[in-house]
Amino acid sequence: MAIDVLMPALSPTMEKGNLTKWVKQEGDTVKSGDVLAEIETDKATMEVEAVDEGILGKILVPEGTQDVAVNTPIAIIVAEGEDVNAAPAAAPVAPVAAPAVAAAPVAAAAPAAPVAVAHADPEVPAGTEYVTMTVREALRDAMAEEMRRDGDVFVMGEEVAEYQGAYKITQGLLQEFGDRRVIDTPITEHGFAGVGVGAAFAGLKPIVEFMTFNFAMQAIDQIINSAAKTHYMSGGQVSSSIVFRGPNGAAARVAAQHSQDYSAWYSNVPGLKVVAPYSAADAKGLLKAAIRDPNPVIFLENEILYGHSFEVPKLDDFVLPIGKARIARPGKDVTLVSFSIGMTYALKAADELAKQGIEAEVIDLRTIRPMDVPTIVASVQKTGRCVTVEEGWPQSGVGAEIVAQLMDKAFDYLDAPVLRVTGKDVPMPYAANLEKLALPSVADVIEAVHAVTYR
Amino acid sequence: MAPRKPAARAATAAAAPATFTKEEDFLAYREMLLIRRFEEKAGQMYGMGLIGGFCHLYIGQEAVVVGMQMAMQPGDQVITGYRDHGHMLATGMEAGGVMAELTGRRGGYSKGKGGSMHMFSIEKQFFGGHGIVGAQVSLGTGLAFADRYKGNGAVSVTYFGDGAANQGQVYESFNMAELWKLPVVYVIENNKYAMGTSVTRSSAQTDFSKRGTSFNIPGEQVDGMDVRAVRTAGERALAFAREGNGPYILEMQTYRYRGHSMSDPAKYRSKEEVQKMRTEHDPIEQVRARLLNAHAASEEELKKIDGEIREIVNAAADFASHDPEPDPAELYTDVLR
Ligand SMILES: Cc1ncc(C[n+]2csc(CCOP(=O)(O)OP(=O)(O)O)c2C)c(N)n1
Ligand SMILES: [Mg+2]
Repeated sequence: MAIDVLMPALSPTMEKGNLTKWVKQEGDTVKSGDVLAEIETDKATMEVEAVDEGILGKILVPEGTQDVAVNTPIAIIVAEGEDVNAAPAAAPVAPVAAPAVAAAPVAAAAPAAPVAVAHADPEVPAGTEYVTMTVREALRDAMAEEMRRDGDVFVMGEEVAEYQGAYKITQGLLQEFGDRRVIDTPITEHGFAGVGVGAAFAGLKPIVEFMTFNFAMQAIDQIINSAAKTHYMSGGQVSSSIVFRGPNGAAARVAAQHSQDYSAWYSNVPGLKVVAPYSAADAKGLLKAAIRDPNPVIFLENEILYGHSFEVPKLDDFVLPIGKARIARPGKDVTLVSFSIGMTYALKAADELAKQGIEAEVIDLRTIRPMDVPTIVASVQKTGRCVTVEEGWPQSGVGAEIVAQLMDKAFDYLDAPVLRVTGKDVPMPYAANLEKLALPSVADVIEAVHAVTYR
Repeated sequence: MAPRKPAARAATAAAAPATFTKEEDFLAYREMLLIRRFEEKAGQMYGMGLIGGFCHLYIGQEAVVVGMQMAMQPGDQVITGYRDHGHMLATGMEAGGVMAELTGRRGGYSKGKGGSMHMFSIEKQFFGGHGIVGAQVSLGTGLAFADRYKGNGAVSVTYFGDGAANQGQVYESFNMAELWKLPVVYVIENNKYAMGTSVTRSSAQTDFSKRGTSFNIPGEQVDGMDVRAVRTAGERALAFAREGNGPYILEMQTYRYRGHSMSDPAKYRSKEEVQKMRTEHDPIEQVRARLLNAHAASEEELKKIDGEIREIVNAAADFASHDPEPDPAELYTDVLR
């Protein structure tokens, strides 16, 4: 019985990887647990283990192949005595393998993650060249540029230095800036958040990385009671120019304790600025602004977006203003307001709606606090309808705030109640089907738009 | 609260491990092998896409939970972090129910809602399965608080890692546990690394048995690869806590063979280091050798156990692969009671 060896998924968000090396060769005997091959993702190099015993009959994806999709058959294991030299595509003993042989090169040739074309940002001078990069690279470059510029900027957090970042955002920083400025901490979030705030009181400019914002809940007292309130309490004497950054919100299949969106939480707090970018350009320009800002800035990233590619302006010093939303797509029939990964639902829904003759204007908030209410109001004055999109919970969420602002500042322009599309009002479940139901969907956004446009 | 006896300062150097009878060695062998085979299967199922998210395997550390379980009494509670599959199997939770939780199916211990890191069994007094590093230490101290309050004679066995041992709430808990003489045994599973950080890079005091010193909590270092040493130390610590003397710390010196989770590049340690632990200190091989040599067991007897374990694990995997996903209506259940 021939058995396919499939390209394994080795992390919650892995979709494809490079097959770097075959450790076993065709004809080798393998036991369950033997290392067959090494694969590499954008995060790490890992080993593929045999699940079954037999002989490595045929390698379907040669070493050096890039972007092999998860679950692509990469080899066939045959039983002892089976003819390993029989052409597997034709061999009746390996019927499962036949389509697989054809599938491998297709997967290998699969295009890289789609590159979102940037819509002209008013902050970018006309004629500027663009380069394609991932959100991950943009964040790294932003930190590196600011660290070159200002010797008081340093990074600390769990696994940021030697490991190069749990999500590889700090890749290369230790090598360039050394261990005085790129600092691995113990697992002590409350402690190192406080150390960061204290260092900021004394004039340094820390970038504190939380491995994920779920773990910042251990540290939230220092963030709010010490970082956010001290400037006010000291009558303006003591301030903290500090950035707290890391992935926020749901990743994939990591369940309730690792899948919470904190946008609304921090957005509730005076004394903080809260940034949540979607594109790589915004990630870069806003992180640079956050590092320079004299106030504490909560910089909410998203693990799923790390690997997404976008066009980023090729400028020596690309800094964006905190507190300014961006019209990601102009339209006249309805306003969609979103931020961070919520933008993926909003933009896809806008594409679908356009096919139905509904022109949605999509606003990317980029900053949650201070919120760019005038941009939302101006859009609603034009469209008369609004739907908010976020992955966080509904009650007291970012959408709820937008609704309240519109009641106050655009009531006379509204032709329909403002609707919110949010994550469901439950802790994130682990099961694949329930997780999908718990998150908002493109269909949810379209349904809400139909409701507010009465179509 | 309690009549305060002066804390008996336990000897730091553990006595030579007691010998196991043939039956005890067979029991330890079977229990450890179940965990090892279960985890190997879980790793394979992860690679096949049947398990998602984070999956932290316990391979290499089996002697810790099995030895502790052999020392515990019915009614004692267990709580741990996210590397929890071994702890659950040791308490007697069903392999099928654990594996079905890993695959997110309705027959899983949390109906598929919790996944690998979040599972519970009131029946077995297993209180999770926690994803936030260090959180289980205060929770386990709270279980001990309830034991004292109720006077039920039970002890809370609270497991955490060398990395977790640096969290502030650990020391807040230590202080309360000693102050109120709570019946808790803190089992620090020192497997030398917290993700990619070795203990020497994260800890000013790497002798974890001394982490309670400033609170007068006795502690000892234990060879966590030798199930006999674990049981002996566990019995001593449990008796101390049960008799009302307060908390006790056991630093289990152990090792994880696999990556931190499935997506671990493992560049922070050499293959030789891992190989050396596997060949020279493997907890299961030690018992196997004793069974064959000292106890004159036959290869056939061991093969029979291997086969039985393989069947249990295969049945669990089969159940976990075919059990349906939770009913969509489950999305909204269990939010509140
Ligand atoms: C509060 C918190 N911070 C960080 C993490 C991410 N994290 C998960 S496991 C881990 C390492 C823990 O190491 P250790 O306590 O030694 O346990 P081991 O994994 O070795 O069993 C880290 C940093 C987390 N889950 N919770
Ligand atoms: Mg550890």
